[in-house]
Amino acid sequence: MTNNKKLSTEGLNLYFSEKHILKDVAIGIPQNKITALIGPSGCGKTTLLRTFNRLHDLLDYVKITGKVMIDDTNIYDPKISAVEIRKRIGMVFQKPNPFPKNIYDNIAYGLKVNNTDPYRIPQLVEQSLRESFLWDEVKDELKKPAIQLSGGQQQRLCIARAVALRPEVILMDEPCSALDPFSSLKIEDLIRELRKSYTVVIVTHNMQQAQRLSDYTAFMYLGQLIEFGTTKEIFNNPQHDLTKNYVTGHFG
Amino acid sequence: MDFHQRQKTDNIFRKIFKIAGLLIIGILGGIFLMLMYNSIAFFLHFKPADFLTDTQWNPGNTSHAEFGILPLLVSTCLVTAGAMILAIPLGICTAAFLSEFASKRLQTILKPIIEMLAAIPSVAIGFLGIVIVGPGIAKLFGIQSGLNALNGSVLLAIMSLPTIITVAEDAIHAVPLSYREGSYALGANRWATLFKITLPAALPGLIAAIMLGMGRALGETMTVLMATGNVAAFPKGFLNSVKTITATIAIEMGEVPYQTTHYFALFAIAAVLFIITLAVNLLGESAINKVRKFQ
Ligand SMILES: Nc1ncnc2c1ncn2[C@@H]1O[C@H](COP(=O)(O)OP(=O)(O)OP(=O)(O)O)[C@@H](O)[C@H]1O
Ligand SMILES: [Mg+2]
Repeated sequence: MTNNKKLSTEGLNLYFSEKHILKDVAIGIPQNKITALIGPSGCGKTTLLRTFNRLHDLLDYVKITGKVMIDDTNIYDPKISAVEIRKRIGMVFQKPNPFPKNIYDNIAYGLKVNNTDPYRIPQLVEQSLRESFLWDEVKDELKKPAIQLSGGQQQRLCIARAVALRPEVILMDEPCSALDPFSSLKIEDLIRELRKSYTVVIVTHNMQQAQRLSDYTAFMYLGQLIEFGTTKEIFNNPQHDLTKNYVTGHFG
Repeated sequence: MDFHQRQKTDNIFRKIFKIAGLLIIGILGGIFLMLMYNSIAFFLHFKPADFLTDTQWNPGNTSHAEFGILPLLVSTCLVTAGAMILAIPLGICTAAFLSEFASKRLQTILKPIIEMLAAIPSVAIGFLGIVIVGPGIAKLFGIQSGLNALNGSVLLAIMSLPTIITVAEDAIHAVPLSYREGSYALGANRWATLFKITLPAALPGLIAAIMLGMGRALGETMTVLMATGNVAAFPKGFLNSVKTITATIAIEMGEVPYQTTHYFALFAIAAVLFIITLAVNLLGESAINKVRKFQ
């Protein structure tokens, strides 16, 4: 792995109150690649994603030790504001969480808080809706409450909202779990598109999807990073028994 | 308990709840009918058009008594509007601060204090108006007496604040964390998140808070009676003395001879107050429904 590391952690530990959730995680996520994060439910995938954009800051019972870097910047450097970090790192949540606004404003909001030129907003909204394959379905009802969209449409809206800002990194927490296979494939196309200019980290429970989509795969288990390598290596020649059992479906 | 016994107790409880429900509807209907009945009696003696357009409330004049509601209505609206101008921003900002920025410890100190504010009897607040706020206003504006609309507004703002803060804080607190997380993840700061996401999402609850506060201010009697000077003339501004509908009823009901035109007139202005309160509630309700569509 000779790629540049976009995101990296060293000796990362995370505690929810007394509960030790992430255990000594060291990972280097390559730039302009798609990295899949796999592992059984509750192993800490979401928790790891959220350390990258400092979303844990919102909770007062979280303790984090170790190093988390984006390029050469320490994400948890007290001199760096979380807002600056989050502008560089977009996120799509596990559960679709559109704002209680209409479809258009859901995307325009992020553009506005990032000081986008107001004249460009309509065009960027359309572009991001096209990129997330939602445009044809909503172009006539952009003023409709986002909450009235189907679950899968809501998730695509959340993807559009994130990509509209052109962040350097996009974190996706099971973006396809609410989608039918056809839309999932479309989202995968989008993610492949994104790779050209972004670094993508995607959590998925779908092994086929991880293999189709990702360049690298990280396998987590009980808060530890068990194995990290190219997707080919992880799926065809895993070094660790746990990884082997998991990717072949003989788990538990 | 066998089946029949259970059915029997079920039935008994169902009847009790039904009776309680009917009783409440009955009481409400009774109050409404009483107001209407007496108002109609009033309008048999006094032209409705004059009631609505006369600019004088002068029931004591035996040769030519005047029952124009306008000065009282304007007084009520002025005092209430002033109270809301003060209480809405203050209340919502306090609620937002409590729910979004205050530490757990500060919350546990502040919340009970605010709730205690609601427990102060209105007579005591009236005292406050006469002894402190009134003289303060008089000094500040260099006028004779501080017993005026502004005084009433300040006091009513104090009285409606606990309601507004408590209900608004609940509404803000109930906004799902996922909305805030979504906003922060886009690189929004806490102010953008508060004003563009959290508060709009809490809007139905905020409107409810405002409506409840406004209802409190519209119906409050003792405080305005003590603090606003009770001059039944058209106020020119906040520094004039006013006589609200509630104060008029409270003051004059005790002295008025039974079933005279004046007596019936008091029911008529009470009915108007009732209609205003109802309208405020309905407006609030429809605003809430309009906003709810988005959540
Ligand atoms: N806000 C929180 N407070 C306390 N504990 C938490 C919190 N969020 C997650 N946890 C705990 O941290 C552990 C890891 O959770 P996490 O959400 O990261 O799992 P995950 O790998 O994303 O699982 P899934 O695949 O089911 O989404 C779990 O044991 C969970 O109970
Ligand atoms: Mg998860």
